[in-house]
Formats: sequence, structure tokens, C-alpha cells
Amino acid sequence: MDVFEKLKILTDAAKYDVACTSSGVNKKTPKGGIGSAAACGICHSFSADGRCISLLKVLMTNVCAYDCKYCVNRHSNDTPRAAFTPRELADLTINFYRRNYIEGLFLSSGVLKNPDYTCEQMIETLRILREEYRFFGYIHAKAIPGADSALVSRLGMLADRMSINIELPSQDSLNLLAPDKSKHSILTPMRYIQNRIQENSMDLVKYKHAPKFVPAGQSTQMIIGATPDTDLQILNLTEGLYKKYKLKRVFFSAYMPVIENSFLPTIDTEPPLWREHRLYQADWLLRFYGFAANELLDEQNQSFNPYVDPKCNWALHHLDFFPMDVNRAPYSDLLRVPGIGVNSAKRIVTARRMTTLSFESLKKLGVVLKRAQYFITCKGKKNESFKITENAILQSLMSEKTRKEYQMKFSQREAIDQLSLFDMPFKVQPNFLQEDIVKCLQQQM
Amino acid sequence: MPTTANVVYQYDGSFDGLLCSVFESYDKKEIPLDIVLPDATQMMLVPIKNIPTDSGKAKRVLASIPAKIGFLALDFVQHAFLTCFTQKELYILLFLRLGYRHGANVMEMLADDVVHTMVKAVRHLDRESHLFKGFIRFSIFNHILVAEIEPKNYVLPLLLQHFCERYPEERFLIYDKTHGMALVYQPYQSAIIPIDDLVLPEPDEAEESYRELWQVFYNTIEIKGRHNPKCRMNLMPKRYWKYMTEFGNTQYNHRKVLKGQDGLLKALSHKELF
Repeated sequence: MDVFEKLKILTDAAKYDVACTSSGVNKKTPKGGIGSAAACGICHSFSADGRCISLLKVLMTNVCAYDCKYCVNRHSNDTPRAAFTPRELADLTINFYRRNYIEGLFLSSGVLKNPDYTCEQMIETLRILREEYRFFGYIHAKAIPGADSALVSRLGMLADRMSINIELPSQDSLNLLAPDKSKHSILTPMRYIQNRIQENSMDLVKYKHAPKFVPAGQSTQMIIGATPDTDLQILNLTEGLYKKYKLKRVFFSAYMPVIENSFLPTIDTEPPLWREHRLYQADWLLRFYGFAANELLDEQNQSFNPYVDPKCNWALHHLDFFPMDVNRAPYSDLLRVPGIGVNSAKRIVTARRMTTLSFESLKKLGVVLKRAQYFITCKGKKNESFKITENAILQSLMSEKTRKEYQMKFSQREAIDQLSLFDMPFKVQPNFLQEDIVKCLQQQM
Repeated sequence: MPTTANVVYQYDGSFDGLLCSVFESYDKKEIPLDIVLPDATQMMLVPIKNIPTDSGKAKRVLASIPAKIGFLALDFVQHAFLTCFTQKELYILLFLRLGYRHGANVMEMLADDVVHTMVKAVRHLDRESHLFKGFIRFSIFNHILVAEIEPKNYVLPLLLQHFCERYPEERFLIYDKTHGMALVYQPYQSAIIPIDDLVLPEPDEAEESYRELWQVFYNTIEIKGRHNPKCRMNLMPKRYWKYMTEFGNTQYNHRKVLKGQDGLLKALSHKELF
């Protein structure tokens, strides 16, 4: 089998891994080496599904001893199998890297023979890259659950980032779909890596040139929509992972039906892309906006509102928090206004030192007034130049896409202009109540 | 108080020349209607004043910027000078005038029209140069890495450090077709030099096969069930595609070697360019 065929098979098998980030570490190459890394990460291309291509994302091998039901590489699946030799893969990486196709390597693997053997193959690849080619670019390695901790540790010394996929958000789901994996076998190496990173940061304080262990941190990923877990469960788990395991990122992947199985959604199920999108929005709110998981969802509302984003949803539930004066509100409060993001909040804080901000100047700072105007005041005044109607509020809070869907649904029944909030359809449970909206409107008028 | 004078400044296109225009503006206590390049051909209804470049004056203005407005502002102005914003010269003058009045605080006046316009232009430049760090594609001819780009802004100075740190042991050339300039590097020496045209030789077998491998990878990595060309276009606008290997750009393959055109590459492999 030639490299072309191997690359095709092993890329095809790796593409369901979401993470393709090259962020989290700044590195320069010493004399005689090749490669660097930028903390912001660099995207080298975008595939036709709109996902970033930053790393050469392949499997070492797609031969697998496990039989996880959701996975294309499970051993009972009839699919062509291939394996790179460490040398082949290292050559390919370095040649792609020289041509600036990629920022580095994302190496994962099916379990060939046993976890230890697989891990050794991966280590050999990284060793050739790091030691023989003196490659200092980005390497993301997947830890193989069940591999010896000495091997995981060796892998971590060679890689910039490591990840272990949680795959399914609860033990029950794991039992059902991935009988060879358990919560324990996933969380143990994750904890181990976290402890090593911690130890290493102590070493770095003592010895400036101590070798770095996984300098860009660890991440994980889980599949959304293959099991009946709710958004609330997933978000709580995500928050726990950030807090307890100090993860850098948690990725979500909408389940793409690839296999017919009675435990899984049928093969013609649409992947729950909007749900994945809402989860990422919430994930951002947890990481950069100072929100807690229990503020976004609770026992009564276990799923995200399909029509408005989680931040907007929160704002509509907490109208007593608004309106706030942009010239006085602290940074942390500004972040809670729909239409103000991290960048625009920072710019507001900077710009208001020099001048009192008006609605006109907010526009220049990148605030989306269409959304923010209902929640803010400037110099104690509301924005008067906008005519406010029920319909306008609702529609302006929805994104382009949902608005179109929403209008499509209702265009036959009544003219779009006549739309009333009270006809709002809810796919899931209503996340904001009618009286909330009425209250919102009364405040506006 | 300076008045807006009924005059247009003409400078030689260099940063020093622009600094001399700033000097002139203060000297004559006037603000010109615009500052233009020598080859500005549009009909001018107002008198044009030619500003000679005087390195002494330029030095004085240059030294005053970090002293009066701060290093951040100097960096900002130097970046603004690389942008493709058509009135960048006039706006740099207006920005500096604001800066001399308000000091380092001018960097915080984001709601001001002049500052806002400049920030927008610089953001455009920064974004474009960041994208090019990823989207540039090298081809290897005779152990030399060669890439072509067609940027809107003059991004080469911003790419210099990144690529020198990335490939410290390689020789490479990045040709900016828009501005007719090239960034050339050989171990631990770099330069940005003017180049009229660059025609590349035929790729060899190894080069061809890595291009094909990359195309195989690119086409396989897409999840078909999530096909979303609009999203791709937002993140990677089509103007960047022209020189990207993954779009099966075969212009290299069919290009014929014209006489003397590989002279540049030969020059690169010797030290003539430095």
C-alpha cells in the first residue's frame, strides 16, 4: 500500500476528531531546528465543511481492538485498514510543514494489539520528528486510555498538547455504546496528565530549562446527540472539567450517523448542529464571560432555547439587571449585555476613560447596537432613534438564520409584520416566559 | 490654531517623506486637504506643494513621536503606513496632531473619528497578515522555498519575523505580486527587495507528489454531512485561493520556463541578493 492510499484511509478515519487547534504555546526554534508555534494558533486552511485545518490530522493506524458502537473504526466494522510506519508519518509531516501546509501534527490512533504498543508507535513518530528532524512545531497527541503511565509521560514530554476523549457525557451512555471504556479509564489518565502539568510548572519555577510537559495543556471532546443526555448534564460536565481538571478546551461534536445500530439514532438522522452551536456559545460564556453553568440552564430548563443564544436567554430572564449605563458599568457587567463581546467590552472600558460614550461612538467600538440597545443607556438615556415593536425586539435578538427559519414557518399563516411574540413556537421547552417578554416590552416603551 | 489650507502636499512615498510633511504642516501652521504620492494623476483644482524629503527634519519628527506620544503610537503609525487605506497619509498626520495635543492618551480615544478610522485600517492589515501566515504555500525548487502572494496591504514586513523564526535553516522567498517586492531569506539574513516579475520553473517529482498528497488530505478531511461552503468562504475568502495548493492550482504545472527567468532562483542560491 502506498502513502497516498494510507493517507486517504487514515485521514478519513481521523476526521471525526474535532480539535484542530494549534494554540496555547509560544515557541521559537533554536539554531539548527525547524518550526515555531504561536499562542493564538494559526489556521492553514479551511475544509469545505468550514472547519479549520491547522494540523495534519491522521491516525497512526485505524486497526482497533475495541468495539465502540458509534465509531467508524470499531473492529466489527468492515472498512479498509492501514497503518503508517513512524518514519513515513514523520517524513510526511516535515514535508508538509516545510511547504507551510500545516502548523504541526495531530496524532491519534486506534488500539493496535494493545494500548502500550500503540503508544510506543506514537512515541517513536514524535521522537523522530523532535530529535532527528529537530522539529519544534506544534504536536497534539491523543493519549491512549489504558496505556502505561510511563508511556503517557514520555508522550507528554514530546507533545505540546494532549487530549483524552470523554466521548460520551455519562457513564450510562458509555456502558451502552462503548463497553470497553469506562469513566474511570478515561478520567484516570486525564488526572495523571493534570498532575504532571502541575508538577512541571513547579519544576519550571525552580529550573528555568526544565523540560516542559504538555505546555499547551490538555483538551477533550464529547459526542452530542448519540445518547439522551441533556444540555444541562453536558454543560455541568464541561464546567467540572474546566474547574477540576484544568482543561484548556472541551470540544463538542454533533453525532454524525455513520453506522446502523439499534442503540444509536437512525442513519438518516440530521446531525444536531444547532445544539452543538448552542453548546459552543455556552462554552464561550463559561470561559470568557464569567458565566456559571447553573446560570445558563437549570432543572426546569434542561435544554437550550433554539431561537435565541444562551446569553440573550439569560438577559431576558434577568431584566432587573438592565438597563445598565455603559459609561459606568464594570467590565464584568458589560460582558453580560447581548451585543457586547470581549473585544468591544475592553474597548468600551478603554475609550470611556477619555470621553463620555454615546450610541454613535458605541457603534465605532464594535458594539452590535441592534441587540444591545434594549439593555443599555448612554448618559442616562435610552436610544431614541429606534422604533421599538414587539416583533422588532424578538427578531433583532434572533440570529439571521433562525429569523429566516422563523419567518418561513409563519409566512403562510400571517404577514411577517403582524407576527406576535405570543405565537413563538418552541421546539423544546420555552426558555423565556410570556410575562418576561411583556415585562421587557413595558420597560422599553 | 492651524487652519485647513487650500493645498495638497505631495511627498515621495517614503515614511521619512511623510514625516517631513508632518514637519511642514507644523511649520506653516496648516493642515493640507490631502497628502498624495508623486504619481497621483487626478485633476487637482488646488495647488500642489511638493515636500522634499529631508532626513534631518524626518529624524526630528521621528524622535518626537515616542517622546511625546509613546512607543505604542509610533508602532501604530508605522503599521498604519503599511495599510492599503487610500488616505492613510492624511490620517497619520491628523492622528499625530491629536497625539501631540493629548499625549499617550490618544491611543485610548477609540471613539474619535480619526483614531477609529486608523484602528480600522490597521486591524485590516493585521488580520490580512495573520491569515497569510497560514495561507501562504511554498513550493520547493532546488531546496529553495518559494511562495507568491497578492495581498491588499503591504504585509511583507509583518511576515518577516514569523517566517524567519519558522524556517531558520531554510532559504526562502515570498513574492508580493501587488507591490512588486519580495522577502528573501537565507540562514540568519533577511531582506525585502524590489522584484519585477517572478516566473517559476516546473516542479520536480517530489514537489508534485507532496502537492497531490496535500490535495488528498484536504479533500478527505471534510465531513460530507456538514458541508458548508459559505462558512469556508467567510473564514477563507476566495481571493486567497489563487495560490493555494489544495485548490488544485495547476498554473505551476503548465508554466513554461522562459529564458533567463530562473536567474532569480540561481541568484538566490548564491549570495548575490544580499
